[in-house]
Amino acid sequence: MVATRKSASARTSTNGKNGYRVIGTRPIRHDGVDKVTGRAIYGADLKLPGLAHGAVLRSPHAHANIKRIDTSKAARLPGVYTVITGKDMPRADSREVDLGEGATNLRWASNNVLAGEKVVYRGQPVAAVAAVDQNTALEACNLIQVEYQVLPPVKDVRHALSKGATIVLDDLVGDDLGKKVRNTNMARHFRHEFGDPEAGFKKSKLIVEHEYELATVHQGYIEPHNATAHWNSEDRITVWTSTQGAFAARRQIAGILQVDDSRVKVIPLEIGGGFGGKIPVYGEPVAAVLSKKAGRPVKLLMDRKAVFESTGPTPAGTVRVKMGVDARGKIVAADTDIRFEAGGYPGSPVGAGAMCVLSCYNIPNTRIDGYDIITNKAKTAAYRAPGSTHVAFAVESVVDEICEKLGMDKIEFRLMNASKEGTRRADGPTFPVVGNEECLIAAKNSPHWKSKLVRNGPNGRKRGRGIASGYWFNIGLKSVVTLSVNTDGTVALIEGSTDIGGTRASIAMQAAEVLGIPAEDVRPVVVDTESVGYTDVTGGSRTCYATGYAAYHAAQSVVNILRERAAKLWDIKVSDVDFKDGAFFSKSDSELRLSFKQLAKKLDETGGPVGATGAVDLSAAGGGFGVHIADVEVDPDTGKVDILRYTAIQDVGRAIHPSYVEGQMQGGAVQGIGWALNEEYFMDDAVRMANSSFLDYRMPTSLDLPKIETIIVEVPNPIHPFGVRGVGETPIAPPVGTIANAIYDAVGVRLRQAPMKPGRIVEALAKK
Amino acid sequence: MANVFVPYNMRKLTGGQVQVRVPGKNLRELVDNLEKAYPGMKEFIIEDDRLKPGLAAIVGEQPTRQGLMTRLEDDTEVHFLPAISGG
Repeated sequence: MVATRKSASARTSTNGKNGYRVIGTRPIRHDGVDKVTGRAIYGADLKLPGLAHGAVLRSPHAHANIKRIDTSKAARLPGVYTVITGKDMPRADSREVDLGEGATNLRWASNNVLAGEKVVYRGQPVAAVAAVDQNTALEACNLIQVEYQVLPPVKDVRHALSKGATIVLDDLVGDDLGKKVRNTNMARHFRHEFGDPEAGFKKSKLIVEHEYELATVHQGYIEPHNATAHWNSEDRITVWTSTQGAFAARRQIAGILQVDDSRVKVIPLEIGGGFGGKIPVYGEPVAAVLSKKAGRPVKLLMDRKAVFESTGPTPAGTVRVKMGVDARGKIVAADTDIRFEAGGYPGSPVGAGAMCVLSCYNIPNTRIDGYDIITNKAKTAAYRAPGSTHVAFAVESVVDEICEKLGMDKIEFRLMNASKEGTRRADGPTFPVVGNEECLIAAKNSPHWKSKLVRNGPNGRKRGRGIASGYWFNIGLKSVVTLSVNTDGTVALIEGSTDIGGTRASIAMQAAEVLGIPAEDVRPVVVDTESVGYTDVTGGSRTCYATGYAAYHAAQSVVNILRERAAKLWDIKVSDVDFKDGAFFSKSDSELRLSFKQLAKKLDETGGPVGATGAVDLSAAGGGFGVHIADVEVDPDTGKVDILRYTAIQDVGRAIHPSYVEGQMQGGAVQGIGWALNEEYFMDDAVRMANSSFLDYRMPTSLDLPKIETIIVEVPNPIHPFGVRGVGETPIAPPVGTIANAIYDAVGVRLRQAPMKPGRIVEALAKK
Repeated sequence: MANVFVPYNMRKLTGGQVQVRVPGKNLRELVDNLEKAYPGMKEFIIEDDRLKPGLAAIVGEQPTRQGLMTRLEDDTEVHFLPAISGG
């Protein structure tokens, strides 16, 4: 672990570690036993009395008008309870609702879960059935007759903006730099511009400009989407689901169904991965309407094909970067153009991409153009630092080329141009305390960077080393935590943040730190939307930061109440009671001392139960920077790339549970490696996905990878009591650029299309 | 007086100025004063008496969570940017 920037830390080390008793340790996660023994309940495990099973009929076409749907044969099939189509969905308003982390247009969200008069991607739901069992429901789906008027599909961003392209959404009003435009596939075009880019380029000694292209990829979570809903006779709706945010799911479900939020209760079940893809709802409102019509609870499970075809991938798109540097290697100007596919409805992460694209560097003259573009693919959803991987691939490739042309060291160049506290980002605001330089210094001093790379591998294979930086801004938002002290000295912790990456442990540890008790003595439980205050999604790298902050506040309140109890017990003033290292004591009488556990035993005699709630609504969490290094071996004959060594370096602010921080860094790196080398949606000319299974959609496995080495950099975030920043998203930003640069170092070809699959490498080598 | 960084789309209303100084104790007052000084600006920022969905206000270095009620210190930087989301 590399500890740096001591002046920024609110705490300095006092016990040889980090000044904390619990933070920085590695306790066993509270939910571990349930998960490894199979006792944890996931959506597919759920059983309810009278449960009906649902199935969804999906569009075989990427773009078509729905002329007629005949459900009569399906409805007559024995065992079928009900059949619904888009006409059974309430007519949602065309208005945006805030989900805390972004907004969604309700009418488009409704059409996305069950199509209205048109389908805009293959796999879009067009009808749904509830039946006595799933086989009957699937058989009934086959009996539904849909008459389509097939329309030419829009394939990608270039096609979408080309002259004569079919317009996907007739009622879309696009925004082109503030001007409303109709009859377009461009939902939005915005620009950030500071300084004078043209003047900057004129002053440049060297200008490098290229366009980069990335394919559609999926988050690839193991657990498919699922939803069970019960709409009861009192018009109250209960939904059990795998979601990254029970409250965000409630808001979407209520909005789509046109009922008050309070009529919907969402019970989050365990979640087998999300990475942003389980923020939107899919089957939840459909299961609810089926339940209303069937008069019983209905369960909907997606299969893998439906997950790939119908749920949010991250966008394909293009990123053009033009960068100019002076004779010393100082970047003087940059101009970027980012075009992302939104899918069938507006809302790609182009805003986030624009925020990240130049954030690793301090550049006086900048322009960023962002485009959100409609195509006939599934509506994109967030995917781990959405947009940042795309833009880092482009910028870091250009930076690598500039370093090569100037003959400059790749880390020294980045250090000379690094953004830091006070640097104005290319979208306007200045950076607070950040750890970009510290990550670069840690990379420079790392065993990996210092190691010698043997250039020639066996059988003519060539080796190369690449490096790239990445940035993700992280977010704060709303979280609530309630603590209740048990008389045995343990503490129940109630939270609304679904646990994807070990946050039960990391939040419990923050409460334990304040209370001065072991992490194991805090028992965290994730509850439904009626059992805890509003909590935003587990996403945006916010949970350990914001929900941890709420736990900190709640624990502080518990300590204050217990100080009053100790004062009462000892018949002294509250102001005479202090609390340190898990013990309450009198400032004036050393005989008066009780541990947290001892005082908890005396709750009944000092006034009864003790509990407290902490609630926060926080601004940004403090940006996170990362630097990755990869050694690759390329077979020039086959184009196959093997990763020989990989190191992820990241400023995490404060590592609450270092094992889970390392796990996030390793997981992000591995997903990025898959994106770099193998993963993509193969779309045919009719924009139909041809590889919608894990057999054909090639994600890396443990056999493909070396151990991912991690170096945790800690530049504490000054706006968090323990210095926490977000962790989970930054590590997916650098990998594609890192590997592109490593491949170039190995075989001398610059690949500007991801994935950098064997065929592309062989082709590029042939053209060399 | 706050130091407002004018989004690219709105610069036509400020005659191309990138930064303008505008008084206001809070964001609501600031937006009202922006509208007085540069008519047409409010409709870019406000909808139904709140910040437009999809728009974030940055006060100082961080996005504000208090919307139009956000209090402004003298010389504070204010930015209006597209709202973003994460995974």
